[in-house]
Amino acid sequence: MAIFLTKESKVIVQGMTGSEGQKHTRRMLASGTNIVGGVNPRKAGTKVDFDGTEVPVFGTVKEAIEATGADVTVIFVPEKFTKDAVIEAIDAEIPLAVVITEGIAVHDTANFWAYAGQKGNKTRIIGPNCPGLITPGQSNAGIIPANITKPGRIGLVSKSGTLTYQMMYELSDIGFSSCVGIGGDPIIGTTHIDALAAFEADPDTDLIVMIGEIGGDAEERAADFIKANVTKPVVGYVAGFTAPEGKTMGHAGAIVSGSSGTAQAKKEALEAAGVKVGKTPSETARLARAALAG
Amino acid sequence: MPRTRRTCAASSKIASSRCHRGTPAQTTNRDFQEKGRTRVDLFEYQARDLFAKHGVPVLAGEVIDTPEAAREVTERLGGRAVVKAQVKVGGRGKAGGVKLASDADDAVAKATQILGMDIKGHTVHKVMLAQTADIKEEYYVSFLLDRTNRTFLAMASVEGGVEIEVVAEQSPEALAKIPVDAIEGVTKEKAAEIVAAAKFPADIADQVAEVLQTLWTVFIEEDALLVEVNPLVKTGEGKIIALDGKVSLDENAAFRQPEHEALEDKAAANPLEAAAKAKGLNYVKLEGEVGIIGNGAGLVMSTLDVVAYAGENHGGVKPANFLDIGGGASAEVMANGLEIILGDPDVKSVFVNVFGGITACDAVANGIVQALELLKSKGEEVTKPLVVRLDGNNAELGRKILTDANHPLVQQVDTMDGAAERAAELAAAK
Repeated sequence: MAIFLTKESKVIVQGMTGSEGQKHTRRMLASGTNIVGGVNPRKAGTKVDFDGTEVPVFGTVKEAIEATGADVTVIFVPEKFTKDAVIEAIDAEIPLAVVITEGIAVHDTANFWAYAGQKGNKTRIIGPNCPGLITPGQSNAGIIPANITKPGRIGLVSKSGTLTYQMMYELSDIGFSSCVGIGGDPIIGTTHIDALAAFEADPDTDLIVMIGEIGGDAEERAADFIKANVTKPVVGYVAGFTAPEGKTMGHAGAIVSGSSGTAQAKKEALEAAGVKVGKTPSETARLARAALAG
Repeated sequence: MPRTRRTCAASSKIASSRCHRGTPAQTTNRDFQEKGRTRVDLFEYQARDLFAKHGVPVLAGEVIDTPEAAREVTERLGGRAVVKAQVKVGGRGKAGGVKLASDADDAVAKATQILGMDIKGHTVHKVMLAQTADIKEEYYVSFLLDRTNRTFLAMASVEGGVEIEVVAEQSPEALAKIPVDAIEGVTKEKAAEIVAAAKFPADIADQVAEVLQTLWTVFIEEDALLVEVNPLVKTGEGKIIALDGKVSLDENAAFRQPEHEALEDKAAANPLEAAAKAKGLNYVKLEGEVGIIGNGAGLVMSTLDVVAYAGENHGGVKPANFLDIGGGASAEVMANGLEIILGDPDVKSVFVNVFGGITACDAVANGIVQALELLKSKGEEVTKPLVVRLDGNNAELGRKILTDANHPLVQQVDTMDGAAERAAELAAAK
């Protein structure tokens, strides 16, 4: 099963012919992803060779879907064109769009998010500015390194890329059903809550690890959701306890203002919902082991 | 209706001086920052200029940085002026940073007093001289990002001016909050809805609605994350004017906003932060002794925490900075990062925390070795102990490369927690 992405997923790549797109298409193919096409209006009709696998290039997302039955798009196009790329994916009604591109203007994200709503939310958006998602052993849509973990029964949802990798690695002996990097921008498509709900419903997930960071109130709202809706054990980690107020810590959304958005407030909210919260990534991994054993 | 603001404003009904500057955006929205890489906060005079450019009614005003310049400007403004400190911090009125000048000589005297003043750690380098106004009422309006609802938000209150953040906290019903669809924007109908929700008096409703629409133009066309007017005033003649404004711009929109770079206050940036930015590094200076380099924003944030915990057992040493060198961690980027960190006199030890994902650890280790050589060749040899933790893809290979390089100041610890402990210990011992 897993969530959002399985071995049945047919994946296209918007921006496949660019340098990042090519590099990561090759990596996705190597980890078993069924890549059925790329999109670039200027190179439509050509094919790109990835170590012996020929991937056709289509002019539009719509054409790619018609020709291949694609149901996932991974978007690598540069930030100034990302809004148009996402809107094209929404118009084509592809079920899942994974937006890897970082540095997108917030007005653009707000715009395509509103557009998705207008069109009836037929497209699930993950990101922007995220590492994508992986269902180990089945499919990998984005830039998460596939070879640091293996299939298993933990579900992982995280705002941060490298902390996702760290956690996947620390718990690689147990393995993961799916790992979803939702990104650290102020406005994102899929939230902690969306992933928690999907993992709760997924019969192949026994435990959920949730990684948050300072800024916004997504973790607090996730805590409320867990309290009301999640029966599976949840282990959490929050980064940014020592971040001073008013300084952006790398991600555009990672910012503490006043008493809002602090790591402490998030930790307390999660603990109040029965989530065990680790002080460090390693301690979080230990808590996850203990919860699975218990 | 609380009238706390009148305790100050009533004494002189002329002037845009206020006791205190409030930003309900800070207290009611969780997305605000004073300073950061991804957002450019403007001075009041810059906000005023942007407002004027888009047709928002403002008073005449000019910015100066020497007291002598006040004379000519005051004469141009009609012989009287309000002298306002330009600092990016609230409470300047209370601190004496806003004064009314009754003539050109007085303006020079007041500018002399205010220039160079310290307001909550911010030195006043510039003052704005603004036309005086006959203020009858003070209101509040803003547009901002609403992270929670993934859209934009309009906020408005007829209790603007002084103590608006108190209004926001104690009588939230007096602060109207209306979601604004990112695609629809502030139409005539939406502006009327905001005006009605905030209960603006009927005689000025149309004027305020018009101002809201032009402010929305500022918000959209300038790629702003916040546009705030506090106070929006009604004058004796019944005119609506934006008396003071706060604007934050999205740096990610730089590709379509080439004029925004000139609005950055480069002089005020920490010199290490400025140097890092020039090299394209994501660096934030903090108060501490352990220099931090890592890959990925989340991992680096986590590294700061782990070092701070370790520091509790080692004389309270703390992380000296945030530095994310990104996923690639090439030798050149690593060298640039080390150069910045070693240039920080507060740093006593350095913790390099890398998780090898896409870039495997052997490549990262080679990057570190080459970075040390690169620095040596530039005559900036490393003189502070370096604790390196490599984990993830090809970790064993990476560790071996560092072991073989045998640099006298480089130590390896295989776990993040253990390495943080060692780095804190070394910083405390220095």
